[in-house]
This record gives sequence, structure tokens and C-alpha cells, in this order.
Amino acid sequence: MTQEDFRKQEAELDDLYRDIILDHYRNPRHKGHLAKPTASHEGLNPLCGDEVTIEVQLEDGRLADVAYTGSGCSISQSSASMMTEAIEGKSVDDVRHLIGEFTAMMRGSDEADPEEMGDLEALTGVRKFPVRIKCATLAWHTLDEALNEASV
Amino acid sequence: MTLNVARIRKDFPILERKVHGKQLVYLDNAATSQKPKQVIDELVRYYENYNANIHRAVHTLGEEATAAYEAAREKVRAFINAPNIESVIFTRNTTEAINLVAYSWGRANIHEGDEILLTQMEHHSNLIPWQMLAKEKGATVRYVPVTPQGTLELNGLENLFDARTKMMALPHVSNSLGTINPVEKIAVETRKRGVMLLVDGAQGAPHLPVDVQAIGADFYAFSSHKMLGPTGIGVLYGRQQLLEEMEPFMGGGEMIRKVTFEGATWNDLPWKFEAGTPNIADAIAFGTAIDYLSDLGMDNVRQHEAEIVAYAIDRMSKIDDIILYGPPAKDRGGVVSFNFPDLHPHDIGTVLDTHGVAIRSGHHCTQPLWRNLGVSGSARASFYIYNTPEEVDKLVDAVKSARQFFARPR
Repeated sequence: MTQEDFRKQEAELDDLYRDIILDHYRNPRHKGHLAKPTASHEGLNPLCGDEVTIEVQLEDGRLADVAYTGSGCSISQSSASMMTEAIEGKSVDDVRHLIGEFTAMMRGSDEADPEEMGDLEALTGVRKFPVRIKCATLAWHTLDEALNEASV
Repeated sequence: MTLNVARIRKDFPILERKVHGKQLVYLDNAATSQKPKQVIDELVRYYENYNANIHRAVHTLGEEATAAYEAAREKVRAFINAPNIESVIFTRNTTEAINLVAYSWGRANIHEGDEILLTQMEHHSNLIPWQMLAKEKGATVRYVPVTPQGTLELNGLENLFDARTKMMALPHVSNSLGTINPVEKIAVETRKRGVMLLVDGAQGAPHLPVDVQAIGADFYAFSSHKMLGPTGIGVLYGRQQLLEEMEPFMGGGEMIRKVTFEGATWNDLPWKFEAGTPNIADAIAFGTAIDYLSDLGMDNVRQHEAEIVAYAIDRMSKIDDIILYGPPAKDRGGVVSFNFPDLHPHDIGTVLDTHGVAIRSGHHCTQPLWRNLGVSGSARASFYIYNTPEEVDKLVDAVKSARQFFARPR
């Protein structure tokens, strides 16, 4: 491999595995269980075996607390960790809006509000690796299901 | 090397491909093999020259297509040394062959309280059909455990069965660990006890010399696409007497003898189990794939893979922190499964892909096996006739670079 090829390859991987993603993978936030979850949902990616369980605690229409457990690749687990930071304390309506914006962004939309996305923008590098997009969205679809269960 | 790999590689156009600017190193052969140009050319020859439905028309094309389709069956018969063509049924793949047995034999012979014996290393295709059957019939499924070395726990074969065991199914070779199972010895026991035995040969027939009569199983199932042939065609070998007694799996054209508004009688074997227009082109090209493997000689194919796997295990075992699964090279097919404590198989797979190295990562359709081993899956390199020691070197370099990439301070 030439030096240039090597750099190109590193750059491609760096774009997928940005520092913030690996930081969340190594130092997960909100990983564990809630004392009194309003609802929890287990999400599975049957193709690759990624697992994420999201627990939510709702108070007065707000997401008072959130936690996740699971196992899987760095993308699936860091996406879950980053998500919990992004949604904690937000109103359920805002969270649902963010779920829609995030999943649209992962499908290729560039219309997301950069301010609303914040660190989550780092996950757009995954879009160049189509088979990994499901890893990034697993936690978000699971959160959506948990919110549906909580509002029943 | 046992095989002339340089010459073989010239027959596989896809091996010229570049991925991410690098020469493709294809090490996902347990999922599907690549196809030689002889097989690809045969598909084109069929569609350009004698495409017609079989067993129906009196015209020339129909006769040629029928002859080629049945010639392919004869090639399969000889390849696995089945006693006659009646015992060789074309299916869509291994999965359909196993479902055929679970449906046609299982529904007539498995009853409430009966036991179906499987192993913990079952591919989902040799697991789900039996779970479905057991649920429907009120039967139970028991699993032969897998040792930490990745072999079946068969201490005292005679204790394996109990009075309720009616059926046993197991893989010839584990797709996740590479373990070659002692199917001949197991068949001796099942025959003694009148237990039906199905061998899932999806990873057996492509890689080992297979003689179904020497193995002595009642059923043996495999797929074309893992052995140089096209997708969409597979084989069920069954003991003729069993097949005679079984009801058809699917109804339709081809499988009937006489049809009235009141009912029908069935065609002779093997066509009784081949309802509808079969996959003619792919069956014929599968015959070409079998010719290719037979010309190489399956003993040589086995020897080549044993050499490559021994080299791969030797080189990979020297990588820091690597966890290798499965038995020693001499007891396994062309599969090397591995993990690192702090690295997920998907992340390994993605980095390897940027090196042009194609491996599989995940559970390989054996979820319960990996759950038992305490992980969700593995990275898996699997080899075939065209793989070289140089490609093993590239794999090792790519794996090392994946480790470096994730260990890099940020």
C-alpha cells in the first residue's frame, strides 16, 4: 500500500469512527438501569445481533431520566449513549421531533438543524457505510417504541 | 500447495476486482463461494441456446433442456455417491431441503412426547424447522452440548439418545466454528436405534469428499451456491424407501401422475418432490460446478483447505489478545472464527473491508451457540480453493491494523 493509499484509508475510517463516537463507546453515558422506569423497550438488530434496551422515566410530559443497556458494535452503542445525552430533560414532543430529524439525517437528509443535532452530527460518517446505518438508528427506533409504551 | 491455485484463480473473474482501491481478498466463502467462468458461461449457454421448460415439450429445445437438467442430477448423484437418481431431489437450497424433511417426514412421524435431538452448533436453518415441528406436535427438542474447544460433547454416544428420541439432525461441518463432526459414527448409533438422521451438509459437500452411503445418514442436504454453483439450487439426498413413503412437500405441476377433480396420484421419485417448473438453468450450471470440483478432486480440495487453515491459525494465534474459536486445524473445515476482548466483530469487518478483505462478522445464523460462548458473535474468515497464503498474510495485516486503529490515543 502506498503512503497516500494508507492516508486515504485512515481518513475514511476517521470519518466513520470520529473521536466523539469512540469516546462514547469507551465511556458510555447513562448506561445502566432506572429505579422506576415508566417504560422500557428492547431493540434487536437480527442481522448482526446488536442489542439495545432503552428505559425512560416520564414526568409531566418531559423525559426526566433515561438509561440504556446493551451490547453491540461501537456505532450502535455510542449512538445509544449520545442519544441519552441529547434527549435527557427534553419534552416528549421535542424528543419525538429529534427522533424524526435524526433518522432522516441518517437516511441522507441534510436538512437537520445543526444546533439541534449537536454532537449527533458526528454519526453522519456512517452514511457512507450503508450496512452500518441500522446500527446507528437502532437506539432511536427503540426509544420511539419505549415512548409509545410509556404513553399507553 | 496441493492445488494449482494460480491457475484456478484465472477462472474466477471476480477475483480481479478492486475494493476500496485494493485487490479483493474474498474470505467469506462459508456464506457463499465465488463462481468460475465455466459456471457463468453455462448459464449464458443455456439461456442463449436451449432455454425451454423440461419434462413437457416434444420439441428439440425441451428435449435438450430436459437432458441437461437430468444430466446435472446424475452429476450430483455421482458426486455424493448416492445409489440412484431417485434419491437425489433438487430443492432451492439446504434450508428448503431440511424444511422438506421436517414437513413431509416430520409431520407424519413426530408425535406428542417425541424428542428431536439437535446440537448447540446448529445453523438456524437446521434449528427453526425442527422447533416449528416440535411446537406443532407437542414434541421436545434437546441439544447436544458444545465443548469449550468447539467440538460436540459425544462422550458415550450410546447415552446420547433416550427412548423418546425419534430424529437427530446435525451439521456435517459447523459454519461458525469449522468443527467437522463424526457423522459416520453417529449414523451407526442412530441406525442401531431406529432414529432418523439428517446431516446438514451445507458446509460439508463443498469442502470434503462426501459419500452418503458411507456416511449412512437417512438424509443429507446441501446448497450449490457454497460450492461454485449458482444460488437458488440445492439438493436433498434421502434414502429411497423413506422418500417413497413420504407425502409430497408441495403440490403443483411436475409432481403428479394423474389428476382429476377428485384428487391426484403422485409422480415417481425424484419428481414427486419437485413441484412446478424447477430452477433449470441453475441446476445445469450446478452440474458444471460439480465437474469443476470433481476435476480438482475433493481430496485435494480438502487438503488445500487444511493447509490454508493451518497456516491461518498459526499466523493469527500470534496476534496479541486474539481469541480463536474452534478445534485444531486437522479437525476443522475452512473456517477461522475470532474475536478481540475490546473490539466488536462489526468494527473489525468494516476496517478489513477498507483493506479489500471481505470477512463475515456477526452471529453467522448460530445465535444460541454464541450466546452460550458468552459473546454475541465473531469475526469469521472462511477459505476455499482459490485462497492463498498471501491472502492470509493480508488478513493478518488488516486485523493488526484494525487493532491499531482502535487502540490509537485520541
